Amino acid sequence: MQFMLLFSRQGKLRLQKWYISLSDKEKKKITRELVQTILARKPKMCNFLEWRDLKIVYKRYASLYFCCAIEDQENELITLEIIHRYVELLDKYFGSVCELDIIFNFEKAYFILDEFLLGGEVQETSKKNVLKAIEQADLLQEVINSNIPRTLLQVILVY
Amino acid sequence: MPAVSKGDGMRGLAVFISDIRNCKSKEAEIKRINKELANIRSKFKGDKALDGYSKKKYVCKLLFIFLLGHDIDFGHMEAVNLLSSNRYTEKQIGYLFISVLVNSNSELIRLINNAIKNDLASRNPTFMGLALHCIANVGSREMAEAFAGEIPKILVAGDTMDSVKQSAALCLLRLYRTSPDLVPMGDWTSRVVHLLNDQHLGVVTAATSLITTLAQKNPEEFKTSVSLAVSRLSRIVTSASTDLQDYTYYFVPAPWLSVKLLRLLQCYPPPEDPAVRGRLTECLETILNKAQEPPKSKKVQHSNAKNAVLFEAISLIIHHDSEPNLLVRACNQLGQFLQHRETNLRYLALESMCTLASSEFSHEAVKTHIETVINALKTERDVSVRQRAVDLLYAMCDRSNAQQIVAEMLSYLETADYSIREEIVLKVAILAEKYAVDYTWYVDTILNLIRIAGDYVSEEVWYRVIQIVINRDDVQGYAAKTVFEALQAPACHENLVKVGGYILGEFGNLIAGDPRSSPLIQFNLLHSKFHLCSVPTRALLLSTYIKFVNLFPEVKTTIQDVLRSDSQLKNADVELQQRAVEYLRLSTVASTDILATVLEEMPPFPERESSILAKLKKKKGPNTVTDLEDAKRERSADVNGGPEPAPASAASTPSPSADLLGLGAAPPAPVGPPPSSGGLLVDVFSDSPSAVAPLAPGSEDNFARFVCKNNGVLFENQLLQIGLKSEFRQNLGRMFIFYGNKTSTQFLNFTPTLICSDDLQTNLSLQTKPVDPTVDGGAQVQQVVNIECVSDFTEAPVLNIQFRYGGTFQNVSVKLPITLNKFFQPTEMASQDFFQRWKQLSSPQQEVQNIFKAKHPMDTEITKAKIIGFGSALLEDVDPNPANFVGAGIIHTKTTQIGCLLRLEPNLQAQVRLLEEIVIYTQVVCLLWCHVCSKWSHLRSSHRCVHLCNLHHPAGT
Repeated sequence: MQFMLLFSRQGKLRLQKWYISLSDKEKKKITRELVQTILARKPKMCNFLEWRDLKIVYKRYASLYFCCAIEDQENELITLEIIHRYVELLDKYFGSVCELDIIFNFEKAYFILDEFLLGGEVQETSKKNVLKAIEQADLLQEVINSNIPRTLLQVILVY
Repeated sequence: MPAVSKGDGMRGLAVFISDIRNCKSKEAEIKRINKELANIRSKFKGDKALDGYSKKKYVCKLLFIFLLGHDIDFGHMEAVNLLSSNRYTEKQIGYLFISVLVNSNSELIRLINNAIKNDLASRNPTFMGLALHCIANVGSREMAEAFAGEIPKILVAGDTMDSVKQSAALCLLRLYRTSPDLVPMGDWTSRVVHLLNDQHLGVVTAATSLITTLAQKNPEEFKTSVSLAVSRLSRIVTSASTDLQDYTYYFVPAPWLSVKLLRLLQCYPPPEDPAVRGRLTECLETILNKAQEPPKSKKVQHSNAKNAVLFEAISLIIHHDSEPNLLVRACNQLGQFLQHRETNLRYLALESMCTLASSEFSHEAVKTHIETVINALKTERDVSVRQRAVDLLYAMCDRSNAQQIVAEMLSYLETADYSIREEIVLKVAILAEKYAVDYTWYVDTILNLIRIAGDYVSEEVWYRVIQIVINRDDVQGYAAKTVFEALQAPACHENLVKVGGYILGEFGNLIAGDPRSSPLIQFNLLHSKFHLCSVPTRALLLSTYIKFVNLFPEVKTTIQDVLRSDSQLKNADVELQQRAVEYLRLSTVASTDILATVLEEMPPFPERESSILAKLKKKKGPNTVTDLEDAKRERSADVNGGPEPAPASAASTPSPSADLLGLGAAPPAPVGPPPSSGGLLVDVFSDSPSAVAPLAPGSEDNFARFVCKNNGVLFENQLLQIGLKSEFRQNLGRMFIFYGNKTSTQFLNFTPTLICSDDLQTNLSLQTKPVDPTVDGGAQVQQVVNIECVSDFTEAPVLNIQFRYGGTFQNVSVKLPITLNKFFQPTEMASQDFFQRWKQLSSPQQEVQNIFKAKHPMDTEITKAKIIGFGSALLEDVDPNPANFVGAGIIHTKTTQIGCLLRLEPNLQAQVRLLEEIVIYTQVVCLLWCHVCSKWSHLRSSHRCVHLCNLHHPAGT
């Protein structure tokens, strides 16, 4: 996989992960182009498209689009399931994930992704193992912070 | 999952994020961000040392701002500080920042690498994981330099935790992708292969990715992975859906790993060991069988995962291309998918079938689905699926169905999406040409293309129809009649005017007998379009008119009147004006005979690879276009490559660009100064003779080294070594070629052949005796070649060696380094003589100047050695500037002697080195010389070099 992008229906980028070296300018250009292309597609269309010399695999979950760019010989369907497994991981971790979780805890979204995919390849496909790793990391956190976040987040959400 | 873990309590960050979200406008957002940036900057700069938590919070805010799309130019140092924190979350945020905002700042990289090194050595698996993730995310060369040696050790160490192994494998993979040269193969590779047997499926998954990538470049090294992968795959596909516990995904056992294993096997040919091969065939059959079983779940994830494995299995079957039974089964399976209700499956089936169509075993089976594919073209609602259908129709096309497919594509073109029109046009044009039995059908098809999608018909397409009409006299009358009719349309595309103008100009006479298309009517018809056309088309029409003057004397005065009008003779466009003036003059002064000669019908075009095909390849990348026939054609094109001669023509018109006669021709070979630097030798020797094998890779470089030396190893691979020893005197030479068998097995039918092009044969005579056809293992045989230089020459002969080794036929071609400078005799002369002659040789055609870049400093002694090696004398104390080198010599051929002066001027000022030299006589010597200079300065000189050559034809030759 060459990169993964998460963006909202409004075209706002929520997460970007690049597995190849590109300049910031090039990254922005690619993002703009792809977001436009994908948002213009109708719901029933297929989840794959050819773009430059890459294949784009994308899927929409609620208000978020998940989009992966893979090389010519890579497998589209399994990439679609990579996306799904990532969504499952987020969902399990956040407990029924929504776009706001990813906005406010973007660093967590990155950490989970790093446990699941590394260097553009699947590192660990077992949901249990990935979440165990994240859980262990969470346990290493300072005790002092442990009771603040969720309540605050809820306040913001209500607000 | 403990609720406490959600978010790690950076209150300030959450507040900031919600502030941003509450901004009503872009301006408000930027204002809020700038305020935050100023705040963070002051915190970082403040006297008070920040605690780890604050540092983490601010770094995280910066990261968020960056991810919003703003530039971040500070905070890197603070992030690096976090790396050495003992608190996990601080370290983690530090690594995240570094991973996202990679900076090639070398100072920081050193600090980052240091922190990574500490974490890798910590033996704390969580910290090691973070460090490895960071390397894999950044993947820079500096990191490869620092860690490429270390990571393989972590990967294969017995006491490494599974999760660390997984990270290490993929980390190494990333480094190998960015800097393959820095990842040394070694003992660790065999141990990595054995990770395929690991108990932990996560480790196997990660290792398989790594092995696949490594095996693509080093197949020999990882050969043993084939049998391990097959047995692993076999265990997975035969396992019950619950056996693999958490690695079962929606009732599909380890789909990711299965796909990866199947991918790995695609790096290799079918296994040779019958047992392994049988087991693999069983696996593939099982996967195909499972596709027919009822689904274990209605969820799309189940079918996606199952089909992902199935498609990968089909890719492997196609890759092996050896089991007709499996190929046909694969084809039938894809046929089912063509009508599946899931758009994704229809898309993938079309895509996969494209590759299947090029296998001889399954081509016919693919063809049976033609109606379904045509239907897809008409009814699919998604353009990306329709695109696939076009591709498949193109791939399955052959003589039997070409008419149907071309007709369907043409009718689709009427409504096709703009984004894919040009490609369809190219495909239709290629198919129509390739499978035309009846050329009237071809002409109709192309004219239809222009009518339906004129804007998308590129030059290559209409050039091609003209080439074909010119080359086939059976279709010329039909073409003239058809274009004449097509031009009747009130609004016709400009491309049609071009084709029509050209064809009527050549063959209008074939329909002039019919009063409905008399010369005057033809002319009026074309001229009625004239004013609506662009300049290049008008220029083309003017040429048509002058051709009419020759074809139809009765319209001569009408045409002269047109040419004479102010709008032509005083046209603002220089090209049009010049044509009008010249054509008018030509028609006035030239006799009928001269006109007939000058404006004669175009001679046939030389047969060549279709320029349209080349264009499609360029557009789509070579792999997507090749089918069986194209592949063959490509191979022959490689051998016979080189510039095509321009079509001979009598009438010469000023501008080749908009010119009838410049049609598809390669640009004329440049006369005078050779192009600067890079690939010069390739330029001189680009016409490779029709050797049986393409030149061996790297032989060009080897060849270049022999320009200045006579002895050494010319070629070496795993089987064969070719050494040379040669001596030259005057115009004669003798070369000893030594063929060494590096293996322990006999070479049979060993036949070296010297190949000279016709041109070369007349200028260079080579004589040799055949060698013994058997070369024992470890033995060396010798061949003597007697050489005589008859006249100056440009190409080099090619040495082709064919033999059988084991069961396989080997075929190697290398250029034999016999170059004109070998026949140099050094000449001594005094400074005065040298410069007197130098000055005499200053007319432009005697002079070639060349400027090229070189990369490393020059060493005086090496330069001297090169000049002597080149063959000329090195004249000391001749040039007033002691830094310069000068040389002189005479090239001896049987028919003539050629004097040469060389001068090389390293310019030390302004960081510029000036290489200057003068070679007298031919461009060949000059080019060789340039090449030598560029070669060695490329190796050793890091500054810009200016290189001047003067060419001179000595009096009397």
